[in-house]
Amino acid sequence: MAAESLTFIFLNAAIINNFVLALFLGICPFLGVSAKRDTAWHMGLAVIFVMLVSSVSAYAINWLLIRFDIQFLRLICYIAVIASAVQLVEMAMKKFSPALFRALGIFLPLITTNCAILGVALFQTFREYDFLQCLAFSLGAGVGFTLALTLMAGLRERLELANVPNVSQGAALTLMLAGLLSLAFMGFAGLGGQHA
Amino acid sequence: MNLPNQEETVTADTFLRGLWEENPVFVMLLGMCPVLAVTNSAINALAMGLATTFVLLCSSSLVSLFRKLIPKQVRIATYIVIIATFVTIVDYGIQAISLDLYNALGAFIQLIVVNCMILGRAEAYASKQRLGATVVNGLGMGVGFTIALLCLGGVREILGAGSLFGFPLFAENFQPWVVMILPPGGFFVLGGWLLLFNWYRQRRERKLMEQQGASVHGS
Repeated sequence: MAAESLTFIFLNAAIINNFVLALFLGICPFLGVSAKRDTAWHMGLAVIFVMLVSSVSAYAINWLLIRFDIQFLRLICYIAVIASAVQLVEMAMKKFSPALFRALGIFLPLITTNCAILGVALFQTFREYDFLQCLAFSLGAGVGFTLALTLMAGLRERLELANVPNVSQGAALTLMLAGLLSLAFMGFAGLGGQHA
Repeated sequence: MNLPNQEETVTADTFLRGLWEENPVFVMLLGMCPVLAVTNSAINALAMGLATTFVLLCSSSLVSLFRKLIPKQVRIATYIVIIATFVTIVDYGIQAISLDLYNALGAFIQLIVVNCMILGRAEAYASKQRLGATVVNGLGMGVGFTIALLCLGGVREILGAGSLFGFPLFAENFQPWVVMILPPGGFFVLGGWLLLFNWYRQRRERKLMEQQGASVHGS
């Protein structure tokens, strides 16, 4: 499986097997931060960054773990690395853009428990990607996440003015929308992707 | 949701709260990723629910036992390491028990580690309560989570494959509604359940209002 081209890995992670809409990773921020387009976009950028950092670190750690034959510690190490990467982003954001820091609020530290990020680290290990492939994969996953988040935020901004039945307000409506988006993204499956 | 800061005594409510009032999936919308991803059949949903319940119980008991020893500054990191340990145990356990199940659930067993529900319980409940209350509450939450998973998995399997727990339910002419076991189906079914609960809640509130209105007019 490790012989795929970089473009294919990127496209596969970003569109065909979109992390949010096809693999259901990172649903919490997808439902939580997608109310405004601006916040969604910045959240996406933060996630891309954390993904890249943690993917590179996960690659290095996996190499070390295999070397010392202690793969059972993989999960614990990965999660520790991701937590530190999130902390890094948090500090940087607090310093350079306090307004954004406040806008993202609780969802910034919650990137740690964003399954999409641990998912990238785990999938790249399972599929035995080499270093460049890991980079392409994590970048693609991040772009896919941002794409889904921004699309959703755009839809929800529109819907704020729409007249929907009282019962379907809130999470139910968002989930239905997500279902429709996911249905649309299934159309890309013809590009040659395979469900992981 | 108001969380008690004092140590509470164990009552039936401690357990039942997780089932309905604070159901992690339908009310608090926590831990959505496994909820949507592995519920394409009832058996997967059940296995995932049990695995999550096990991790939830063990990790929150441990957190509750050590709650006075863990320094405040590093508590989240400590919780995550504790959770990750139990998830590793579950991961190897399932691999040993049933390889088919392991392949079906895939990476989602390891992803229990980032289930917000477990970390949320550790932070909001186990770190403040005694062991007994934590175990009961954790069990309630776990069972609530499992029931929610079964609700989704059952509906999706019946509609999408025409069977339940692998047993066919309909005659040969049944046309499976394939989209239900594909990713969009997860969103649709969960949305449907939420609609149902919203409708129920609103109806109950309206009835309550009408009763109050009637009593005001009567007096």
